[in-house]
Amino acid sequence: MSDTLTKSATPTRTGKGNLRSKLTGWDTIIGVLTVLVLIIASFAVDNFGTSRNFTFMVLDLLPIILIALPMTMIIVTGEIDLSVASTLGLTSSMMGWLWNQGLSIETIIPLCVVIGAVCGVVNGFLITGLGLPSLAVTIGTLALYRGLAFVVLGDGAVADFPWNYTGWVTGTLGGGAVPNVLILIVVLALIFGIVQHATPFGRSLYAIGANAQAAHFSGIRVARTKFWLYVVSGAIAGLVGVLWTLRYSSARADNGSGLELAVVAAVLLGGVSIFGGKGSLPGVLAGVVLLTALQNALRLEDVSGQALNIVTGSLLVLSVLLPNITTAVRGNWHRRRLRQAAR
Amino acid sequence: MTAAPTTLNRPARKNPTKNLLKTRELGIVLALALLIAYTAIDNSRFLSGQSIRDNLLNTAILAVMATGQAIVVITRNIDLSVGSVLGISAFTVATMMSSNPGLPMIVAILVGLAVGAVAGLVNGVLVRFGKVPALVVTLGTLYIYRGITYSWAGGSQVNADELPRHFLTFANDSLLGIPWLVLIALVVVGAGSLMMRNYKVGRELYAMGSSPAAAELAGIKVARNLLTAFVLSGALAGLAGVLYAARFGTVDAAAGSGYELNVVAAVVVGGVAVFGGSGTVWGAALGALLLTVIGSALAVLDINQFWQQAIVGALIILAICADRLVAVRIARSLRKRDAHV
Repeated sequence: MSDTLTKSATPTRTGKGNLRSKLTGWDTIIGVLTVLVLIIASFAVDNFGTSRNFTFMVLDLLPIILIALPMTMIIVTGEIDLSVASTLGLTSSMMGWLWNQGLSIETIIPLCVVIGAVCGVVNGFLITGLGLPSLAVTIGTLALYRGLAFVVLGDGAVADFPWNYTGWVTGTLGGGAVPNVLILIVVLALIFGIVQHATPFGRSLYAIGANAQAAHFSGIRVARTKFWLYVVSGAIAGLVGVLWTLRYSSARADNGSGLELAVVAAVLLGGVSIFGGKGSLPGVLAGVVLLTALQNALRLEDVSGQALNIVTGSLLVLSVLLPNITTAVRGNWHRRRLRQAAR
Repeated sequence: MTAAPTTLNRPARKNPTKNLLKTRELGIVLALALLIAYTAIDNSRFLSGQSIRDNLLNTAILAVMATGQAIVVITRNIDLSVGSVLGISAFTVATMMSSNPGLPMIVAILVGLAVGAVAGLVNGVLVRFGKVPALVVTLGTLYIYRGITYSWAGGSQVNADELPRHFLTFANDSLLGIPWLVLIALVVVGAGSLMMRNYKVGRELYAMGSSPAAAELAGIKVARNLLTAFVLSGALAGLAGVLYAARFGTVDAAAGSGYELNVVAAVVVGGVAVFGGSGTVWGAALGALLLTVIGSALAVLDINQFWQQAIVGALIILAICADRLVAVRIARSLRKRDAHV
């Protein structure tokens, strides 16, 4: 708030301030940190830079990065979707069930994306139609969708998916160094990036997050926008459910449990404000890559993945704490200068 | 502040707010009664002493955590780290008791409370003085506390046969026929309800949840109260860790993983609004009881256990819808009253 006030009050300094805030912004810090981790790890950690490990890393990255794309938009509008991992589980279960019913995989995959979208429609209706708080609603549907996943498939697993599909997910382009799913990630990230950062729709998300009421009065269809974000989020979660199932060649009701917290952590780590109105997709992408690369490198070094939780958690808290501290320090400095000028 | 009671006294009695909020908890009681009656008709053993005892024992740990969570949620914050705090406290206490079997139970409880209180204090300090939203802080400490437990415990676990007997029997011992675990939960819920209803700090916590800015302007010591709320939530999660270790005997680094969602679910089902300022501690405890009874009723009714989670989810959504309905009705009646004036 105070940031925007000072900016509008001193328009002559905007350019300079922008450059400085860009250089010291969290996006840049997290980007540099990510590159540093990648460079250090590829020198210091054996097997980190191999193409085989690269494929594994991209596969580990896949679910978090894809779900983070719509999640970033949702959090920018000031809402949240905690039901994504359960939607993933439900579509995975449905995929196994439909496969057992004898449907062809070509029918099942689009159907699963639709099921995910329907989960999103339910969320969207409850949140925008009935005006319920998204945090509570999606905690509810988190339990509901996961529960339905267990109802559909129980605690069994379906594993006999066609080899050409499971092979495609884990395979690389022409047997080379580029994993097939990387193309999917890049295409979707480009689409979401363009929509969020280069279209009126994308700008409207920031307006909604900054002040939903003001956005409404400026002619932005707040409820409709949020509704569609939840539908897209559900559809992507459904798609990830399919990819997850194919990757492990196993449809299970508990697939992806707990992933929602990892995704939210990655998005916040990428510099998106939980209050909405602030954040960028490149920052989030860097955040996801940083987390996955760290995890991968530490695993290669035989450090327990669970101990890495400390790093994840600390980064998450620091990502919000540090900007607050710098703002406070800068504010103090600014005030002192004003006082001196007054003297 | 002092003049307020005299002017508000009369309308308060007719105030629809109070009656509607009363029906909010009444709703849970009714749902609970219906569920128990239906299940008992199907299978009378559901009302046997053993079954009631099991249900109460299973509720105890959840209710203790729900008390702390309700207090935090009433201030318009959230504590997602409770599951991890339970884990770190349970492992600390279990390790301590297995290496010093002579220690009395009260020491275990105090250590658990202390571990939890420190964890809660860290949360509170970061929320208040770091100005980091509670959701972010406690999501972060959820990972941090769990990570600390994992790097300390590794793959090891404390087994029941390493723990002293008096520690393990504590879960089943009882006073006047009421198990200690249930007694502790009752005391915690009772004290929490009393504090929130009748004591200054409790009322101030409600005020902070209704409007944080107004509470600060009204001279409420917001920082101190917020720290109190988080320390209480942490300490109670720590206490729940001791109860967990005593009840289950086997403790590893994963103890209590994912509990945070059950606790939040209990609180929401119990009628505490996620935007703070309304709801009660005993409502949250009833929510915990309802969630537990649903689980055992499904088993008795021979319904597929897998339905449990789906029903819990549907119940949470139903509870939020009910809250919304109440809020809309209150807003409408307030508007009507204003129109007359």
